[in-house]
Amino acid sequence: MSAERGTGNRTDVLAAGWRTRLRWPRAWRSPLGILGAVIAVAWVLVAFTASWWVPFEPNAQVLPRLQEPGVDTLLGTDGTGRDIFSRLMTGATVTIPLALMLVVAAMVIGTVVGAVAGYFGRWIDETLMRITDLVMAFPTVILAMVVAASLGPSLFNAVIAAIVVSWPQYARVTRSLVLGLRGQNYVIAGRLLGRSPLKSLTVDILPNIVGPMLVLATLDIGAAILLLSGLSFLGLGAQPPTAEWGSMISSAIQNFDAWWLGVFPGLAILTVVAAFNFLGDALRDILDPTAEVARENQADRTSSATGAAA
Amino acid sequence: MTERIVLDARDLVVRYPGSPPVVAVDGVSFTIAAGETVALVGESGSGKSSVARAVAGIDRPAEGNVRFDEGPVEPLGVRRRARSLTAIQMVFQDPSTSLNPRRRVGDQVADGIAAARARGLEGSRPEEWFERVGLDPSWVSRFPHQFSGGQKQRIAIARALAARPHLLVADEPISALDASTQSSVAALMRDLVAELGAGMLFISHDLAVVQRIADRTLVMYAGRVMESGDTAKLWADPQHPYTRALLAAIPKPDGTGRIPAAPTLDDRASWTTVPPITD
Repeated sequence: MSAERGTGNRTDVLAAGWRTRLRWPRAWRSPLGILGAVIAVAWVLVAFTASWWVPFEPNAQVLPRLQEPGVDTLLGTDGTGRDIFSRLMTGATVTIPLALMLVVAAMVIGTVVGAVAGYFGRWIDETLMRITDLVMAFPTVILAMVVAASLGPSLFNAVIAAIVVSWPQYARVTRSLVLGLRGQNYVIAGRLLGRSPLKSLTVDILPNIVGPMLVLATLDIGAAILLLSGLSFLGLGAQPPTAEWGSMISSAIQNFDAWWLGVFPGLAILTVVAAFNFLGDALRDILDPTAEVARENQADRTSSATGAAA
Repeated sequence: MTERIVLDARDLVVRYPGSPPVVAVDGVSFTIAAGETVALVGESGSGKSSVARAVAGIDRPAEGNVRFDEGPVEPLGVRRRARSLTAIQMVFQDPSTSLNPRRRVGDQVADGIAAARARGLEGSRPEEWFERVGLDPSWVSRFPHQFSGGQKQRIAIARALAARPHLLVADEPISALDASTQSSVAALMRDLVAELGAGMLFISHDLAVVQRIADRTLVMYAGRVMESGDTAKLWADPQHPYTRALLAAIPKPDGTGRIPAAPTLDDRASWTTVPPITD
């Protein structure tokens, strides 16, 4: 009897061990998710440390002009003798923190607008959502160009322009999520216990929409980087001689024969945007509770099947 | 009688927009005294839940008025609910949406306690309430998804009662539970409400449970109260044809396997023509 219980306990412990061992990797099982996370983390690290370890000062014109990628200059030099590799890495320190900041700002503005509209409804909802529609009605890049151009070309104004065009999607998503949760019994129960609408929003509703908002924000980082680089490419963002990927590509057009001028900044944008998109996709899979349950069930079935086979 | 009336609903009319508007509740009046359990029964679509929501002040009735403890019930709006009105609490039908999935259940019961304290009543601890509703007090730090439906409903009841309500509105609190937990949860609610000296509006379509726990019963059909009166009397001697049909619809465990016949359309049409019977 006691021996039997002993083995039972051991299998329980084994099963628990399996589960804890499986849970983390399962969440990250998609290879693209891991790849995206690795690249994104690498770029963020570069963004915060590049200024200490780049081989050359990004704006120093000390090298031979238009040198091909090689041993002493890893990715070549540009038309004024500046090291592309150093400029590329320094470009990350400009673009990535600004992109993160603008996504956070857009998310905060959009969430507040959407939550207020969805929770209070009626004329507040109508007013806020028509304003949102107004902004959404313009093509993103065109509107950002208009805003940036009217504020004057600078990186800071480009960020403001990007915030102006990217908050509406957060407002839309938040509103629909809040509308769905507003009628939930626990929200009503909270109100019956004397909670003010603001408290009800912050305690009962917002914690329950954090997951989807995070996914949206992660997916949006890529778009934000594209938008910032695009504005810089058009001359509305970073001004020369600031090392910025978009403006680097823009100046590469003048030296079309030197392929390395444009390809490497382009690759930098491609990798960082793809990485954040993969990361966002993986996050969505992880945070989707129904997917989680489906995965667990599947895992349980496979484990019981292998158990039965053994 | 000198009983204190906690709830006085007069000529309630609830309409939902549409063309023509749906009249869910059509002139319902009733009172609930402290310590009394009033059951509201009727088929689905008869307006029971609409009455509950109007009485608790979740929706504004189109006509009529609701008075609670001698004051009007202001429907939930943009403002925070008046303190005195937190003495109306509600237990919902679906236990899976009654608790905030992101907060620990102990904290949610503590919200109820805080509401009681805000009205100047003595405080208590979530653990005590867990014990009262028959749950392990050490579970207060768990999250709702770790509980079964019946346990969640007990937690929702604990939260509502921790606010020390004078009136508990229970909107089909047992219909989402399995048969073995239904009567225990219903009995639990009745006992705890009696202990607090509160009134309870108990909505159910489970007539067997209603018969056991309710002092008075209101029978609703098509938005109107067809018959009301003392539960035992109503059960023994139903006057209205709809009440009789409702009682006849209870399957009897007599071993013959007979399923009660569904009422015909003619029967249904005849019920609305018979005037309501009240005592």
